[in-house]
Parts: sequence; C-alpha cells; structure tokens
Amino acid sequence: MNERSLTLALMDPPYESANSTTALRIISAALAHGISVNVFAYEGAVCLPLQDQAPHANPVKGTTLEEEDHPTTKAFISSLLAIGKDKLTWINCGLCVDERGATNVVDGVKRGSPADFFKMSSESTNTLVIPTK
Amino acid sequence: MTRYIFIESRDPFESRDTRFVEETAIAVKERGHEVTVFLVQNGVLAARKNASRLDHLTAAGVALLADDFSLRERGITPDELAAGIQPSAIETLVEAIVQTNTKAIWH
Repeated sequence: MNERSLTLALMDPPYESANSTTALRIISAALAHGISVNVFAYEGAVCLPLQDQAPHANPVKGTTLEEEDHPTTKAFISSLLAIGKDKLTWINCGLCVDERGATNVVDGVKRGSPADFFKMSSESTNTLVIPTK
Repeated sequence: MTRYIFIESRDPFESRDTRFVEETAIAVKERGHEVTVFLVQNGVLAARKNASRLDHLTAAGVALLADDFSLRERGITPDELAAGIQPSAIETLVEAIVQTNTKAIWH
C-alpha cells in the first residue's frame, strides 16, 4: 500500500456535536498532507451535506445574515470535495438517506451502503470511527 | 508492537467513562505497546494542571497530546497544561493514525 489513505465513519447530525467540526478538520488536514480520505456518513451524518441548509441572521443578537456569516456543514463539505478532487470520496448511507428524506445533497456526494464502508476500510491505511456519544 | 492512539473527546467532569480510556491506555502500555492519548474537544479540560486528572498516565509512559484548536476555543493557554501534556495540531493526529500497525480509537 503506497498511497496513504484514511477512512472515516461519521454518525453525528450537523449542528449537534463538536464531533462534526473535528471530523471536518481531520479531513482537511489529511487532504493538505496528500492523504486520500474516504468518508462513510451513517445515521444523522447523512444530513451534513444537505443542500437545503441555509445560513441565517440572528434576531436575538440583532445581526444580519452577512454579519452572522453562519457556517454550514454543506459549504465545508463542498469546499473539501473541491479541494480534494479524486482524493476525497464521500458516501452517504442510502437507507439512512431514505429514512430522513435527505436526498438533496451537494455535488460530489455519493450514495452507498455499509458494504462500501467495509471495502473502503479494507483498502485504507487506517479507519477511524467517530460514533455518537 | 502496535501503536495505539486513543482520542478522548469527552469532558472528565461530565462523564465518568473517561476512566475507561485512562485505564485501557495504561493496560495497553503495560503490555509493551506504544500508546498516545490525544485530547480533543471537551477532552482537553482534563489537560489543565489544576485538574490533576492525568498524572497517572504520564507516569505510566503514555504520551499525552492536547488539540491546540480545542485549547484555544476554551481559553486554555499552554502554561496552564499539566506537566507532560503537549499542545498539538490536528495534523499531528492525522499523521499518527496513517502510520502502519496503528489502531485509532475514538471515545
């Protein structure tokens, strides 16, 4: 195995846990170091790349949409897919997608099954599972 | 020898099960393996010298790293860290877990 690669399994939905932020940081750092990354998004994590996510103003703080500059996980994932190109594969669990109606995802996200996770894990240098608490 | 990387994301003052990682890390180290505990997210709260939570890991020869981003988020400065705990970039974790014969366990 010459090329180093990392497979991640993610389970947390967006905006619920710092796990998502850390996972995105790990992906970014790996790509920056030339390490290929496979992501298998399971359960609520299939909503991380949802196209329907929208940034918002904060009426409590009185900030506008622009001032709030609210980050979305879909924007992070789009950027990582653009940066990583063929070095980043993101697969959403199909059954989890159907359960949640989470079909409208950003370009580059694929649909798959736990069999894909097994294959990616088998072919990777290492695998990191980031479960829900 | 196998390398073990335990990634501790949980606040030891919120969850008693952080003891699981501490005890497992020491047990694996005692069996002759190389062991690192990487503290991230609320896990870095254990890294403060005033917390006195992880001295037994250092004494056992377990390497302790604390995610610099998580430290900054929580206002913890390097001089507040307990002896033997080093601030570390996420890149260090990534490089560690893509080494051969390495097991990475998230908690």
